[in-house]
Amino acid sequence: MRQHRRSWLAVLGLTGLVMVCFVPLALGATASDLEARVRDIAAQLRCPVCQGLSVADSPSELANEMRTLIREQLQQGKTSAEVLDYFAQRYGEWILLAPPKHGFNLVIWVLPFVLLPIGAATVYWGARRWVRSSAATESPSRRLDSPYAERLQRELDSYR
Amino acid sequence: MLKKILILVAVLPVLVLFAYALTLDQRSIPSPLVGRQAGDFTLSLFDGGRFTLAEQRGKVVVINVWSSWCIPACYNEAPALEAVWQRYRGQDVAVVGVNYQDREAAAREFLARFRYTFPNGPDVGSKVSIEYGVRGVPETFFIDRDGRIAYRHVGEISLPILVQQIEQLLHESGGTS
Repeated sequence: MRQHRRSWLAVLGLTGLVMVCFVPLALGATASDLEARVRDIAAQLRCPVCQGLSVADSPSELANEMRTLIREQLQQGKTSAEVLDYFAQRYGEWILLAPPKHGFNLVIWVLPFVLLPIGAATVYWGARRWVRSSAATESPSRRLDSPYAERLQRELDSYR
Repeated sequence: MLKKILILVAVLPVLVLFAYALTLDQRSIPSPLVGRQAGDFTLSLFDGGRFTLAEQRGKVVVINVWSSWCIPACYNEAPALEAVWQRYRGQDVAVVGVNYQDREAAAREFLARFRYTFPNGPDVGSKVSIEYGVRGVPETFFIDRDGRIAYRHVGEISLPILVQQIEQLLHESGGTS
Protein backbone atom coordinates (compact mmCIF):
# COMPACT_ATOMS: atom_id res chain seq x y z
CA MET A 1 0.00 0.00 0.00
CA ARG A 2 2.83 2.35 0.99
CA GLN A 3 4.71 1.30 -2.15
CA HIS A 4 1.67 2.12 -4.29
CA ARG A 5 1.29 5.54 -2.65
CA ARG A 6 4.96 6.30 -3.16
CA SER A 7 4.81 5.54 -6.88
CA TRP A 8 1.77 7.81 -7.25
CA LEU A 9 3.63 10.59 -5.50
CA ALA A 10 6.56 10.05 -7.86
CA VAL A 11 4.26 10.29 -10.88
CA LEU A 12 2.66 13.46 -9.51
CA GLY A 13 6.08 14.97 -8.75
CA LEU A 14 7.33 14.13 -12.24
CA THR A 15 4.20 15.64 -13.85
CA GLY A 16 4.67 18.81 -11.78
CA LEU A 17 8.31 19.02 -12.82
CA VAL A 18 7.42 18.62 -16.51
CA MET A 19 4.77 21.34 -16.19
CA VAL A 20 7.13 23.72 -14.42
CA CYS A 21 9.77 23.18 -17.11
CA PHE A 22 7.71 23.08 -20.29
CA VAL A 23 4.61 25.23 -19.72
CA PRO A 24 6.59 28.52 -19.69
CA LEU A 25 8.42 27.34 -22.81
CA ALA A 26 5.11 26.57 -24.52
CA LEU A 27 3.65 29.92 -23.44
CA GLY A 28 6.79 31.68 -24.65
CA ALA A 29 6.52 29.94 -28.01
CA THR A 30 2.84 30.98 -28.29
CA ALA A 31 3.69 34.58 -27.43
CA SER A 32 6.52 34.76 -29.94
CA ASP A 33 4.29 33.10 -32.54
CA LEU A 34 1.65 35.77 -31.89
CA GLU A 35 4.24 38.54 -32.23
CA ALA A 36 5.45 37.02 -35.50
CA ARG A 37 1.87 37.07 -36.82
CA VAL A 38 1.38 40.66 -35.65
CA ARG A 39 4.57 41.67 -37.42
CA ASP A 40 3.60 39.77 -40.57
CA ILE A 41 0.22 41.55 -40.77
CA ALA A 42 1.70 44.94 -39.82
CA ALA A 43 4.25 44.57 -42.61
CA GLN A 44 1.39 44.31 -45.10
CA LEU A 45 -0.25 47.55 -43.94
CA ARG A 46 0.70 51.09 -44.92
CA CYS A 47 1.23 53.48 -42.01
CA PRO A 48 -1.49 56.12 -42.59
CA VAL A 49 0.51 59.01 -41.13
CA CYS A 50 3.93 58.17 -42.64
CA GLN A 51 5.57 58.42 -46.04
CA GLY A 52 6.29 55.01 -47.50
CA LEU A 53 6.53 53.07 -44.24
CA SER A 54 4.66 49.97 -43.18
CA VAL A 55 2.88 49.72 -39.83
CA ALA A 56 5.58 47.21 -38.80
CA ASP A 57 8.45 49.62 -39.53
CA SER A 58 6.90 52.88 -38.39
CA PRO A 59 7.86 54.30 -34.99
CA SER A 60 4.73 56.52 -34.97
CA GLU A 61 2.19 56.37 -32.15
CA LEU A 62 -0.64 55.49 -34.55
CA ALA A 63 1.33 52.55 -35.99
CA ASN A 64 2.01 51.35 -32.45
CA GLU A 65 -1.71 51.49 -31.67
CA MET A 66 -2.52 49.71 -34.92
CA ARG A 67 -0.12 46.91 -33.92
CA THR A 68 -1.90 46.69 -30.55
CA LEU A 69 -5.24 46.43 -32.35
CA ILE A 70 -3.87 43.69 -34.64
CA ARG A 71 -2.66 41.77 -31.56
CA GLU A 72 -6.06 42.13 -29.86
CA GLN A 73 -7.91 40.93 -32.94
CA LEU A 74 -5.62 37.90 -33.34
CA GLN A 75 -6.14 37.05 -29.65
CA GLN A 76 -9.89 37.21 -30.30
CA GLY A 77 -9.37 34.47 -32.89
CA LYS A 78 -9.54 36.50 -36.10
CA THR A 79 -7.56 35.23 -39.08
CA SER A 80 -4.87 37.34 -40.78
CA ALA A 81 -7.20 37.91 -43.75
CA GLU A 82 -9.95 39.14 -41.42
CA VAL A 83 -7.57 41.58 -39.71
CA LEU A 84 -6.33 42.94 -43.04
CA ASP A 85 -9.94 43.26 -44.19
CA TYR A 86 -10.80 45.20 -41.00
CA PHE A 87 -8.27 47.89 -41.94
CA ALA A 88 -9.15 47.84 -45.66
CA GLN A 89 -12.82 48.41 -44.73
CA ARG A 90 -11.86 51.57 -42.89
CA TYR A 91 -8.99 53.01 -44.90
CA GLY A 92 -9.71 51.47 -48.30
CA GLU A 93 -7.41 49.17 -50.28
CA TRP A 94 -4.89 52.00 -50.16
CA ILE A 95 -3.87 50.72 -46.71
CA LEU A 96 -2.69 47.40 -48.18
CA LEU A 97 0.91 47.62 -49.37
CA ALA A 98 0.34 44.79 -51.85
CA PRO A 99 -2.78 45.45 -53.96
CA PRO A 100 -5.33 42.60 -53.80
CA LYS A 101 -5.28 40.23 -56.77
CA HIS A 102 -8.60 41.11 -58.37
CA GLY A 103 -10.05 43.49 -60.95
CA PHE A 104 -7.76 46.14 -62.43
CA ASN A 105 -5.12 45.34 -59.77
CA LEU A 106 -4.37 42.12 -61.68
CA VAL A 107 -2.56 44.25 -64.28
CA ILE A 108 0.07 45.13 -61.65
CA TRP A 109 0.59 41.47 -60.81
CA VAL A 110 0.60 40.16 -64.40
CA LEU A 111 2.45 42.99 -66.19
CA PRO A 112 5.95 42.18 -64.81
CA PHE A 113 5.65 38.59 -66.05
CA VAL A 114 4.63 39.86 -69.50
CA LEU A 115 7.22 42.63 -69.68
CA LEU A 116 10.15 40.61 -68.32
CA PRO A 117 10.45 38.21 -71.30
CA ILE A 118 9.88 41.11 -73.72
CA GLY A 119 12.64 43.10 -72.00
CA ALA A 120 14.98 40.10 -71.94
CA ALA A 121 14.34 39.44 -75.64
CA THR A 122 14.96 43.11 -76.49
CA VAL A 123 18.25 43.11 -74.59
CA TYR A 124 19.29 39.81 -76.22
CA TRP A 125 18.55 40.96 -79.79
CA GLY A 126 20.02 44.40 -79.16
CA ALA A 127 23.24 42.92 -77.77
CA ARG A 128 23.43 40.43 -80.64
CA ARG A 129 23.04 43.18 -83.22
CA TRP A 130 25.63 45.33 -81.49
CA VAL A 131 28.18 42.50 -81.35
CA ARG A 132 27.61 41.71 -85.03
CA SER A 133 27.93 45.30 -86.17
CA SER A 134 31.10 45.88 -84.14
CA ALA A 135 32.57 42.65 -85.55
CA ALA A 136 31.82 43.91 -89.05
CA THR A 137 33.44 47.26 -88.28
CA GLU A 138 36.63 45.64 -87.03
CA SER A 139 36.91 43.39 -90.07
CA PRO A 140 40.43 43.46 -91.69
CA SER A 141 38.85 43.99 -95.08
CA ARG A 142 37.76 47.45 -93.98
CA ARG A 143 38.96 50.20 -96.28
CA LEU A 144 41.43 52.56 -94.62
CA ASP A 145 40.56 56.02 -95.74
CA SER A 146 42.47 58.34 -93.44
CA PRO A 147 46.23 58.97 -93.58
CA TYR A 148 46.54 58.15 -89.87
CA ALA A 149 44.77 54.87 -90.33
CA GLU A 150 47.00 53.97 -93.28
CA ARG A 151 50.09 54.78 -91.23
CA LEU A 152 48.80 52.73 -88.33
CA GLN A 153 48.13 49.83 -90.65
CA ARG A 154 51.68 50.11 -92.11
CA GLU A 155 53.24 50.12 -88.67
CA LEU A 156 51.16 47.20 -87.56
CA ASP A 157 52.19 45.33 -90.69
CA SER A 158 55.86 46.01 -89.93
CA TYR A 159 55.53 44.06 -86.67
CA ARG A 160 54.15 40.96 -88.35
CA MET B 1 12.58 57.28 -86.16
CA LEU B 2 10.04 54.53 -85.51
CA LYS B 3 12.26 53.18 -82.75
CA LYS B 4 12.34 56.58 -81.02
CA ILE B 5 8.56 56.88 -81.21
CA LEU B 6 8.17 53.39 -79.75
CA ILE B 7 10.49 54.22 -76.84
CA LEU B 8 8.56 57.44 -76.23
CA VAL B 9 5.22 55.58 -76.32
CA ALA B 10 6.56 53.03 -73.80
CA VAL B 11 8.23 55.49 -71.42
CA LEU B 12 5.77 58.39 -71.45
CA PRO B 13 2.82 56.64 -69.73
CA VAL B 14 5.13 55.43 -66.94
CA LEU B 15 6.49 58.95 -66.39
CA VAL B 16 2.98 60.42 -66.43
CA LEU B 17 1.86 57.80 -63.89
CA PHE B 18 4.80 58.60 -61.59
CA ALA B 19 4.18 62.34 -61.89
CA TYR B 20 0.49 61.83 -61.10
CA ALA B 21 1.30 59.69 -58.06
CA LEU B 22 3.67 62.37 -56.74
CA THR B 23 0.94 65.02 -56.91
CA LEU B 24 -1.54 62.85 -55.00
CA ASP B 25 -2.24 63.80 -51.40
CA GLN B 26 -2.79 60.50 -49.62
CA ARG B 27 -5.24 62.18 -47.23
CA SER B 28 -7.52 63.16 -50.11
CA ILE B 29 -8.03 59.54 -51.20
CA PRO B 30 -11.79 58.91 -50.78
CA SER B 31 -12.86 57.07 -47.65
CA PRO B 32 -14.72 53.79 -48.19
CA LEU B 33 -16.74 54.62 -45.07
CA VAL B 34 -18.85 57.35 -46.70
CA GLY B 35 -22.38 56.00 -47.16
CA ARG B 36 -21.84 53.25 -44.58
CA GLN B 37 -23.09 52.95 -41.03
CA ALA B 38 -20.86 54.90 -38.65
CA GLY B 39 -18.99 52.79 -36.12
CA ASP B 40 -20.26 53.31 -32.59
CA PHE B 41 -17.93 54.65 -29.92
CA THR B 42 -18.01 56.07 -26.44
CA LEU B 43 -15.72 58.91 -25.41
CA SER B 44 -14.87 59.76 -21.82
CA LEU B 45 -15.02 63.53 -21.98
CA PHE B 46 -12.59 66.07 -20.55
CA ASP B 47 -15.42 67.49 -18.42
CA GLY B 48 -16.03 64.10 -16.85
CA GLY B 49 -19.10 63.16 -18.89
CA ARG B 50 -19.50 60.54 -21.59
CA PHE B 51 -20.52 60.74 -25.23
CA THR B 52 -21.91 57.69 -27.02
CA LEU B 53 -22.62 57.94 -30.72
CA ALA B 54 -25.41 55.35 -30.64
CA GLU B 55 -27.36 57.61 -28.25
CA GLN B 56 -27.40 60.39 -30.87
CA ARG B 57 -29.53 58.42 -33.34
CA GLY B 58 -32.08 60.77 -34.94
CA LYS B 59 -29.65 63.68 -34.79
CA VAL B 60 -27.14 64.98 -37.31
CA VAL B 61 -23.71 64.44 -35.73
CA VAL B 62 -20.53 66.34 -36.56
CA ILE B 63 -17.40 64.51 -35.42
CA ASN B 64 -14.27 66.65 -35.50
CA VAL B 65 -10.89 64.97 -35.02
CA TRP B 66 -8.31 67.47 -33.78
CA SER B 67 -5.07 67.97 -31.86
CA SER B 68 -3.50 70.89 -30.05
CA TRP B 69 -0.29 70.32 -32.07
CA CYS B 70 -2.18 70.59 -35.37
CA ILE B 71 -1.11 74.11 -36.32
CA PRO B 72 -2.60 76.13 -37.92
CA ALA B 73 -5.51 74.08 -39.35
CA CYS B 74 -7.09 73.00 -36.03
CA TYR B 75 -6.69 76.51 -34.62
CA ASN B 76 -8.19 78.14 -37.70
CA GLU B 77 -11.29 75.93 -37.76
CA ALA B 78 -11.97 75.95 -34.01
CA PRO B 79 -14.12 79.15 -33.92
CA ALA B 80 -16.30 77.81 -36.76
CA LEU B 81 -16.96 74.54 -34.88
CA GLU B 82 -18.00 76.36 -31.71
CA ALA B 83 -20.15 78.72 -33.83
CA VAL B 84 -22.11 75.88 -35.48
CA TRP B 85 -22.59 74.21 -32.12
CA GLN B 86 -24.05 77.43 -30.71
CA ARG B 87 -26.24 77.87 -33.78
CA TYR B 88 -27.62 74.31 -34.05
CA ARG B 89 -27.46 72.88 -30.52
CA GLY B 90 -31.24 72.99 -30.11
CA GLN B 91 -32.00 71.58 -33.56
CA ASP B 92 -31.19 67.86 -33.51
CA VAL B 93 -27.51 68.48 -34.14
CA ALA B 94 -24.67 67.12 -32.02
CA VAL B 95 -21.04 68.21 -32.33
CA VAL B 96 -18.28 66.18 -30.72
CA GLY B 97 -14.54 66.69 -30.66
CA VAL B 98 -12.23 63.69 -30.74
CA ASN B 99 -8.80 64.66 -29.44
CA TYR B 100 -6.18 62.69 -31.37
CA GLN B 101 -2.77 61.74 -29.92
CA ASP B 102 -2.34 64.69 -27.63
CA ARG B 103 -1.15 65.56 -24.15
CA GLU B 104 -4.04 66.20 -21.79
CA ALA B 105 -2.73 69.55 -20.52
CA ALA B 106 -2.20 70.87 -24.05
CA ALA B 107 -5.65 69.64 -25.12
CA ARG B 108 -7.32 71.33 -22.13
CA GLU B 109 -5.45 74.54 -22.90
CA PHE B 110 -6.77 74.39 -26.47
CA LEU B 111 -10.35 73.87 -25.22
CA ALA B 112 -10.04 76.82 -22.86
CA ARG B 113 -8.49 79.04 -25.51
CA PHE B 114 -11.41 78.55 -27.91
CA ARG B 115 -14.04 78.34 -25.15
CA TYR B 116 -15.38 75.07 -26.50
CA THR B 117 -18.74 74.16 -24.99
CA PHE B 118 -19.49 71.08 -27.08
CA PRO B 119 -18.37 67.64 -25.83
CA ASN B 120 -14.70 66.78 -26.32
CA GLY B 121 -12.75 63.76 -25.23
CA PRO B 122 -9.38 62.09 -25.77
CA ASP B 123 -9.22 59.24 -28.28
CA VAL B 124 -7.58 56.66 -26.03
CA GLY B 125 -5.58 54.16 -28.08
CA SER B 126 -6.64 56.01 -31.27
CA LYS B 127 -9.58 53.59 -31.35
CA VAL B 128 -12.04 56.12 -32.83
CA SER B 129 -9.49 57.44 -35.32
CA ILE B 130 -8.72 53.94 -36.59
CA GLU B 131 -12.45 53.07 -36.69
CA TYR B 132 -13.00 56.12 -38.92
CA GLY B 133 -9.86 55.61 -41.02
CA VAL B 134 -8.38 58.95 -40.00
CA ARG B 135 -5.14 59.70 -41.84
CA GLY B 136 -4.27 62.96 -40.12
CA VAL B 137 -5.76 65.95 -38.36
CA PRO B 138 -8.04 67.72 -38.70
CA GLU B 139 -10.73 65.56 -40.23
CA THR B 140 -14.47 66.09 -39.84
CA PHE B 141 -17.22 63.52 -40.34
CA PHE B 142 -20.92 64.22 -40.80
CA ILE B 143 -23.31 61.51 -39.64
CA ASP B 144 -26.93 61.59 -40.80
CA ARG B 145 -29.98 60.93 -38.63
CA ASP B 146 -29.87 57.24 -39.58
CA GLY B 147 -26.32 56.87 -38.33
CA ARG B 148 -24.64 56.76 -41.75
CA ILE B 149 -21.43 58.64 -42.59
CA ALA B 150 -22.66 61.19 -45.13
CA TYR B 151 -19.52 63.22 -45.72
CA ARG B 152 -15.87 63.33 -44.70
CA HIS B 153 -13.92 66.56 -44.82
CA VAL B 154 -10.14 66.37 -44.84
CA GLY B 155 -8.18 69.33 -43.49
CA GLU B 156 -9.34 72.65 -42.13
CA ILE B 157 -13.10 73.09 -42.32
CA SER B 158 -14.81 76.44 -42.80
CA LEU B 159 -18.08 77.75 -41.39
CA PRO B 160 -19.84 77.74 -44.81
CA ILE B 161 -19.02 74.05 -45.37
CA LEU B 162 -20.16 73.14 -41.85
CA VAL B 163 -23.44 75.01 -42.29
CA GLN B 164 -24.02 73.64 -45.79
CA GLN B 165 -23.48 70.02 -44.72
CA ILE B 166 -25.58 70.32 -41.57
CA GLU B 167 -28.44 72.06 -43.42
CA GLN B 168 -28.35 69.46 -46.17
CA LEU B 169 -28.50 66.58 -43.70
CA LEU B 170 -31.23 68.20 -41.62
CA HIS B 171 -33.38 68.72 -44.72
CA GLU B 172 -32.55 65.36 -46.36
CA SER B 173 -33.63 63.58 -43.24
CA GLY B 174 -36.82 65.64 -43.06
CA GLY B 175 -35.87 67.30 -39.81
CA THR B 176 -36.48 70.82 -38.63
CA SER B 177 -33.96 73.50 -39.35
